[in-house]
Amino acid sequence: MKLKELDIEVEPLAGAMPAFRAATAPAELSEVCGWAHARRARLVALWGSDETRRGAGFALHVALAFPSGLVWLTAPLDRTSPRYPGIADIYPAANRMQRACADLLGIVPEEGADQRKWLRHGAWPEGTFPLRKDFDADARHAQRPDRYPFVPVAGEGVHEIPVGPVHAGTIEPGHFRFSVVGEKILRLEERLGYKHKGIEKLFESMTLEEGARLAGRVSGDSTVAYAWAYAMAVEGATGTEPPRRALGLRGILLELERIANHLGDLGYLGNDVSLPFGFFQFWRLKETLLRLNARLFGHRYLMDLVVPGGVARDVQRAEAEQLLAQLETVRREVAVLQAIYDEHAGAQDRFIMTGQVLPELAERMGLVGFAARASGIARDLRVDYPVPPYQQVDPRLISHTRGDVAARVSLRFEEVFESIRLIQALVEELPPGAVRAPLARPGPRAAGIGWIEGWRGEVLVALETDAGRIHRLHPHDPSWQNWPLLEHAVHGNIVPDFPLINKSFNLSYSGADL
Amino acid sequence: MYQILKQIARSGIVTEPAPQPDEALRASAQRLGEAILGHFGRALAIRHVDAGSCNGCELEIHAMNSPFTNPEQLGIKFVASPRHADLLLVTGPVSRNMETALRRTWDATPDPKLVVAIGDCGCTGGIFGESYASCGRVSNVIPVDVAVPGCPPTPEAILQGILTALSGKGR
Repeated sequence: MKLKELDIEVEPLAGAMPAFRAATAPAELSEVCGWAHARRARLVALWGSDETRRGAGFALHVALAFPSGLVWLTAPLDRTSPRYPGIADIYPAANRMQRACADLLGIVPEEGADQRKWLRHGAWPEGTFPLRKDFDADARHAQRPDRYPFVPVAGEGVHEIPVGPVHAGTIEPGHFRFSVVGEKILRLEERLGYKHKGIEKLFESMTLEEGARLAGRVSGDSTVAYAWAYAMAVEGATGTEPPRRALGLRGILLELERIANHLGDLGYLGNDVSLPFGFFQFWRLKETLLRLNARLFGHRYLMDLVVPGGVARDVQRAEAEQLLAQLETVRREVAVLQAIYDEHAGAQDRFIMTGQVLPELAERMGLVGFAARASGIARDLRVDYPVPPYQQVDPRLISHTRGDVAARVSLRFEEVFESIRLIQALVEELPPGAVRAPLARPGPRAAGIGWIEGWRGEVLVALETDAGRIHRLHPHDPSWQNWPLLEHAVHGNIVPDFPLINKSFNLSYSGADL
Repeated sequence: MYQILKQIARSGIVTEPAPQPDEALRASAQRLGEAILGHFGRALAIRHVDAGSCNGCELEIHAMNSPFTNPEQLGIKFVASPRHADLLLVTGPVSRNMETALRRTWDATPDPKLVVAIGDCGCTGGIFGESYASCGRVSNVIPVDVAVPGCPPTPEAILQGILTALSGKGR
C-alpha cells in the first residue's frame, strides 16, 4: 500500500498504534528523508542492526512520524562496508543517533557527517562494535584514555568551565563544557554516554517475557512509559490483544507517572530559584501519591505493572475511589501552589525569558514532549493518534508559545490538572473483565512498534524477534531529541541559571546513554 | 507572603521519626572502627554519586529529602563536592564509563569515609549485571560499608542504610 504523504510502498505493521514498514536503498535514504521533511514528517529515531546471522549485512533504521502514523524505514547496508548517506543535514537530531550507531555497530555515515564518537568512551576499543552479533557481551576490555574533541571557543576573556560527570546535586552523570565570558554562557557542549551499560546488547540475550523488566529500567522515571511501549511492541509482534480493562489501567498508571514527575520537578524549580517552600510543598504532595501507589499497586513508581499482554495487577472500585479522593486533594493543593508561584515576583523574575527555545528552533531541531509543547509545537501522541484508552477520554492538548522556563513551569501545572481529569475519566470508563491475556506465539520473525507519550515525551520501542527471542530492540528516549536543544536554550544566559534551565527540561541520561 | 505562610501553617509538620539502624545491611568485612567514626561528630555530609543507575534510585534519594523523612533533622545534609563529604551514597551498577569518575570521587573524599551502595544494582549489579559496559556492584570498584537492596529502596530504607553506616560499635 501507499501512504498519502509518502511516495513509497509501505506495509502496515500490526499493533495498537498506526505504523508501517518500508524498505529503501541506502542511496535513496537522503532523498526519502528530504521528501518526508518537506511534508513536515519528524524524525522519531534512528538506529542500526546486525543482520549477518540472517544471511544479510547490516541495516539502518529510521522512524519518521507522519500524520497517518509512524513509518519504520529500513535500508539494508553492505556487510563489509556498511555506509549510508547521513541525514543530520535534514534532521539535526540525527547527529548523535548516527554517532551512537557508528560506535555500537560500525555503521557510518558518508563523509561530511560528524564522525566524532558518542557512546564509546574508553570501555571498548575503537574498531570493535558491541552490537555486532560476534561481539562477546561479557568481554572486559582494558580501559583506554577517553580523548574527546570538544569544540574550543577562543577570544579575549573567554574561559571554560568543565562540569561533571559527577555533578553537585543529586542528578545523573554527564559532562557539560561551558565557554563563558564573565557569567554569560557563549557556548555549551554536552558530552554524554557515561551511563552506557549495554542495555541494547542485554535485550538480545532475552526472551520477550524477560525483556519487560529491563524495559522498565531504561529510564526509571519513565518506567510505565517504557514498559507500555515494550508491551505494545511485543503485543504487535505476537498478535496479542490486551484486554480493554488493561488498557484503561495502563492509561491510569501513565498519567500517575506524569503527575508524580511534574510535581517533583515543580518542587525543584521552586528550590532552584530560592523558594524552598515550593520544594517541601510539592514533595509532600508527591510523597503522598507515591505512598498511595505503593498501597494500591505495590510499587511507588509503578515498576513492572505493565507487562506484555496486559497489566500485572487489577484495581478494585474502592481502591480507585481512594485514588480519586487523593487526586482531588492534590488538585486543590496544586491550584493553591500555582497561584503562589504565579504571584511570586522573585520566582517569576528568574523563570521569565530564561532558557528560551523559540518555536522556529524547536521545530527545526525536532524538540519533543512537554518541552516542545511549551515552545509552540502542538504535538502529543495521546491527541494525534487517539487509540484506546485515550480515544474515549479525549485528552486536551496543552501548549504555550514562549518556550522559556516560565512556559515549561506553566505547562507542567496544566498537565498535572489535565492528567488528574484523565484519570478520573479513565476510572469512570474502566471496562470490566480480565486484565491480562496470554501472549500469543510469534512467527519465526516478527516485528512490533511501541510508541507512547511519556511524561517527558514520546518513547519508542522498535522490536524484531527471531524464534521467540529478541533479535534487536531499540528503546528510544525523547531525551535524544531534547538534549541538543538544551545547548541552545542556555545561549546568552548566565551560568547560575543553568541548573534552573536544565531542571525545567529534566532530561534522562540513562534513557539516552543506554 | 501571606499565602505562603497560610499554606505552611495548613500543611503542618509531616516529618516522621527516623528509622533504626539495621545490622543486617552492614557489609561485614568492611566495618569502620569506633575511632574512625569518632571523627565525624554528629553532623554528616553526604555526596551522592550516580555511577550508572536507571535513575530510579535517584528518585528515592530525592524523596528521602522530602519533609516526611527530612534527614536534615538528624544533621545529615548533601554537599556539592566529595571534598566536603564524609559519606558517598552510590547508585547504579557502575558503568565502565563511570568507573574512573567513581574512583576519582572516592579518592577525593577525605578519610575517614563511608560508602553506602544503594539499590539492587549497587548491591549486586542487578538486572544489568557485569558486561562489556558494566562493572556490576559498587564494591567491585570501591570499598563499600553498607549495601541497601531494593528496586529502588524506599527513602526510609536509604536513610536506615546511612544510619547503619554511621552507627558503628560504641557510637
